[in-house]
Amino acid sequence: MNPADLHAMAREEQARQEALRCRIMVCAGTPCLSAGALAVLDALRQAVEESRLDAEIEAVSTGCMGPCSRGPLVKVAVQGKPEIVYERVTPELARQILYSVVKGRRPPTASPLPPDHPYFTRQMKIVLANCGSIDPERIEEYVATGGYDALAHALHEMTPEDVCREISASGLRGRGGAGYPAGVKWNLARKAPGERKYVVANGDEGDPGAYMDRSVMESDPHRILEGMAIAGYAIGADQGYIYVRGEYYLAGRRLEAAIRDAERKGLLGSRVLGSNFSFRIDIRTGAGAFVCGEETSLMASIMGRRGQPWHRPPYPAQRGLWGCPTLINNVETLATVPAIIGRGATWYAGIGSTRSPGTKVYALAGQVETAGLIEVPMGTTLREVVFDIGGGIPGGKRFKAAQSGGPSGGCIPAEHLDTPLDYESMERIGTIMGSGGLIIMDETSCMPDVASFFLDFCRDESCGKCIPCRVGSMEMHRLLRRITSGTAWPDDLRRLEELCDLMGATSLCGLGQTAPNPVVSTLRYFRHEYEAHIRERRCPAGRCTMAAEQEPGPGGKALLHAVGVPGEVG
Amino acid sequence: MPVITLTIDDELISGREGETLLQVIKEHGISLPTLCHMEGLSERGGCRLCIVEVAGSPRPLPACTTPAREGMVVRTRSERLENYRRMLVELMLAERNHYCAVCVSIGHCELQRVAAEMGVDHVRYEYLSPKLTMDLSHERFGLDHNRCILCTRCVRVCDEIEGVHTWDISGRGVKSRIIADLNRSWRESGTCTSCGKCVQVCPTGALFLKGAVVGEMVKDPTMLARVLEGREKKEWEG
Ligand SMILES: Cc1cc2nc3c(=O)[nH]c(=O)nc-3n(C[C@H](O)[C@H](O)[C@H](O)COP(=O)(O)O)c2cc1C
Ligand code: SF4
Ligand code: SF4
Ligand code: SF4
Ligand code: FES
Ligand code: FES
Repeated sequence: MNPADLHAMAREEQARQEALRCRIMVCAGTPCLSAGALAVLDALRQAVEESRLDAEIEAVSTGCMGPCSRGPLVKVAVQGKPEIVYERVTPELARQILYSVVKGRRPPTASPLPPDHPYFTRQMKIVLANCGSIDPERIEEYVATGGYDALAHALHEMTPEDVCREISASGLRGRGGAGYPAGVKWNLARKAPGERKYVVANGDEGDPGAYMDRSVMESDPHRILEGMAIAGYAIGADQGYIYVRGEYYLAGRRLEAAIRDAERKGLLGSRVLGSNFSFRIDIRTGAGAFVCGEETSLMASIMGRRGQPWHRPPYPAQRGLWGCPTLINNVETLATVPAIIGRGATWYAGIGSTRSPGTKVYALAGQVETAGLIEVPMGTTLREVVFDIGGGIPGGKRFKAAQSGGPSGGCIPAEHLDTPLDYESMERIGTIMGSGGLIIMDETSCMPDVASFFLDFCRDESCGKCIPCRVGSMEMHRLLRRITSGTAWPDDLRRLEELCDLMGATSLCGLGQTAPNPVVSTLRYFRHEYEAHIRERRCPAGRCTMAAEQEPGPGGKALLHAVGVPGEVG
Repeated sequence: MPVITLTIDDELISGREGETLLQVIKEHGISLPTLCHMEGLSERGGCRLCIVEVAGSPRPLPACTTPAREGMVVRTRSERLENYRRMLVELMLAERNHYCAVCVSIGHCELQRVAAEMGVDHVRYEYLSPKLTMDLSHERFGLDHNRCILCTRCVRVCDEIEGVHTWDISGRGVKSRIIADLNRSWRESGTCTSCGKCVQVCPTGALFLKGAVVGEMVKDPTMLARVLEGREKKEWEG
């Protein structure tokens, strides 16, 4: 296939869709699937078939539409009319919706979400542009939206250096957590000497509650493949790997199918789009370890070794997979690339904040009216996200804090609701953007308990290689449990803070270095809650059950097992 | 190899490119506590005792895995470092069951020695006191998980020097355990050649010769160096 064939394919699919009277889209993202989307899709397809409407009406399964907590979602796009989204659709409602479309009326009982709902209007979709409106299993639909155009443009009209320059100029920063400038990394990998090079898409996404990357992989897999191929061309790699966590079965399956289709059409494989560039992509499945999202563990895992981190330098861009220069980017980072190459760095750099351009996808979860997947320009405030897009806190309760950045992040209290969500502003108030998890908590959340939850997660996920993380996380968790059960001593708070400092400073990898963050940030804003648990043995949020008896402090016990007497030791 | 110059504890010191900070520091007679490091084995960077302050890095860096570079400004001692090191040793002691008074290695144990050198005479953290077993199935050697600090010297010597890779780690975090083959007893291991190298490099009383009683397990720290030197001189060929 050459660029002309690509355009022909796009036109053909566009014409096919325009000839239809209506496309009824059923969200088949994981949240909607678990709410029963498959039965809805079956009912629709059956109804279309029974009423012999196949020629004019098409029932398609798509990826995530966004407001996942209201699923299963069905979107109706009648030719020449604005789209309508229905929430909580059952198979019965789906049939009603179909018949009403045929008759040109409104369905009697199904409730549409208003199209001017801020959940839709306040967002800006670049990475999620196709999520929920194309069938991820049909490459033609991606191509019809302009898919693989950017790759064709890069291959035929740009040098690898141009591509790297464009990515640098866009100001794109890595979406995997640290916000490292993508252009700098690409240039390092491009200039690194090496006969073989690799591109890796990091789709491990281990943060509890996060599903940004999963949604892109499930809903628009070709966007990631295209981004990877552009990256491969830019750094001189002919092989890419997508590392998908094992739990993401659907994402893995859709990516696999997408790779196969792209190879068949000559959009991957040898001589891509009639150029001299060849690029293959393989999937590697993780076994569900958070630490395997860390880039050095991830590479160990791809090479079939125990997924444990390795000290850097050397960085992967210098020496990565099998000792060769390797570019590792997050799935969302790579999914942004086709848009940047397609529409230009200047366009992209103009969106969002100056130092954090572009948009960011968040998984909005917890105590918020509409939970789901959203994409907003960088710099949107937390207040807009929670109250405008998310519809506020349910049950008339008060907003207490948001946990951002998952277990490596921190909390944002009510006084900082107007903080713009971008890398710098979030760091300034003691938290991080991380990969984009946002968990909203209302007044019934106990902050030491929340910190304990996240720390327990890291303790459980510690790989065990280094002492401060392996044992420090365990000791910190014990201390937090003492606090939340009302058996702690005032001295325990100091011990806790010392361990936070030790772990942060001396752990080998990011997991251990950032694991204390939830504790540090809740101590910063909610210290009084810790003190109430310790001094008054009372949980201000009324969540923790206090033990009847206070235990002796560990310091007392420890003295019993004093180490050998110094001086006697040879 | 090109010579480089670094500042270590306010002194200008030269090293060679490709060396680690630890090598440079040791060549100049400065002592640093280490536990997972062992001359002749690959580096691990797990115990974190060898941490040093490097100008420009907000976090201290482990000397054993940090490449020495031209112009580095390094500090091997400071109150902050000593504090961290002491806490790390306390955590190692709290993790399993270190009752030195009844240990085969008392008096000859590297963990006990660094603890004593740092003045760690008690542990401020809760003892995790896991209920761990011993593997006494091998004819000549024993493994007591209660004393293991997971430094993986045994794993590395077995893999890199003896070349059989009997030992590895199962589990993760505090649940990590040293295992033989795919978790068999030592006696049943189909790969162990009974060379005893792991026993000699183990810094604690975790690996020992059967029959040793309290304080009798003296390891031979020169064993690895002799093996490597012999290999270099091809003493065992022909
Ligand atoms: C414990 C830990 C877990 C991580 N998990 C992920 C992950 O799931 N996905 C991801 O993209 N990056 C993860 N990272 C960050 C990666 O190491 C790496 O920085 C990132 O993939 C680089 O991509 P980017 O520059 O596009 O952000 C993790 C880091 C740490 C320390
Ligand atoms: S910080 Fe934790 S996860 Fe990272 S190497 Fe150390 S033990 Fe492993
Ligand atoms: S291994 Fe060392 S520190 Fe542990 S009990 Fe034995 S002598 Fe003490
Ligand atoms: S058995 Fe000894 S050498 Fe092996 S990991 Fe444990 S302490 Fe280290
Ligand atoms: S999965 Fe259906 S809206 Fe997110
Ligand atoms: S000796 Fe350097 S980390 Fe253990």
